[in-house]
Amino acid sequence: MSPLCFSLLTILGMALATYASRAAGLMLMSRMTPGKRMERFMRAMPGAILASIVAPSALTAGPAEALATLATALAAWRFRNLPLAMGVGVAVVLGLRQFVG
Amino acid sequence: MNTQHAPSAGRLPFTFGGIVSGFRACVPVALGVAVYGVLFGLLARQKGMSWVEAQSMSLFIFAGASQLIALDLWGPNLPALSLIVTTFIVNLRHVLMGAALSPQLLRLPAGRAFGSLFFMTDESWAISLARYAEDGRRGRLSDGAFLLGAGLAVYVFWNVSTALGHVLVRGLDDPARYGLDFAFTAVFTALLVGLRPRRADILPLVAAVGAALLTLRLCPGKWYILAGALAGGFAAAFGPGSTPSREAGK
Repeated sequence: MSPLCFSLLTILGMALATYASRAAGLMLMSRMTPGKRMERFMRAMPGAILASIVAPSALTAGPAEALATLATALAAWRFRNLPLAMGVGVAVVLGLRQFVG
Repeated sequence: MNTQHAPSAGRLPFTFGGIVSGFRACVPVALGVAVYGVLFGLLARQKGMSWVEAQSMSLFIFAGASQLIALDLWGPNLPALSLIVTTFIVNLRHVLMGAALSPQLLRLPAGRAFGSLFFMTDESWAISLARYAEDGRRGRLSDGAFLLGAGLAVYVFWNVSTALGHVLVRGLDDPARYGLDFAFTAVFTALLVGLRPRRADILPLVAAVGAALLTLRLCPGKWYILAGALAGGFAAAFGPGSTPSREAGK
């Protein structure tokens, strides 16, 4: 097998693995009727995933990132405008990094 | 396929307008993604990966973290199996994300639901979820095509930027120099605020953050998202104060 052919097959395998992870959640949910606990588990999912994604950068990266996260949250809460909140976060982090590491 | 217990709420619309509004809502975030697409294309070239290979990755795998990890292992002797297994593990968080969208996806024909899921990324997932939650609060019927539109925005920007990075760009500043590394934290923070957590959500959120930070210290990679999500879910399912009187589902 030529090297290009082998690497493309590897990429195909990775593509299938990725798609499997994307499809598996719906596949599982379509096959079961969630009980009370399962329903509470699923209802907490969105917030829990978002909080987990944000946590490292917000809480362990440094004071600039922590304050910028706070500013982003306030802007999002006040204006309910995603691009604006994103702009505020980037601007604040950029500004604060000049002063604090 | 997924209709053996037909949802009582009936089908959701799936319109071209829904694709357009999902696409437009996701463009600002997709621009941030494109910065990393350029970076991926550039690093791929430096690693000796051909343009066909790099572009195939962005077209068919379409997962930033997995693609960047793959670059690390790329070389003359490809460890194909460990690349495939690593990819699946890195993407395990998608299982929970897809499940979280199932209230909407189960109300679409299976082909459209599973087709839309091919394009689901962290970013388009979060934006669609926020949109569907808002629809629910306003008693508005969601458009099932929103997820596809948001995913397509990321897909287009990721692929164009991969090509640019591989073919054109000869050098790139560190995105952190312009604060762009923070763009994703900002987006996900704003979307979290947009979910408007209530008191009952505090414990699951704290559990999620705690588990995520702990996991981050113990093992590298994206495990912390999966660990945080599971901790938050279990805290909600088994924690105190989990009275069933929360807002009824959509």
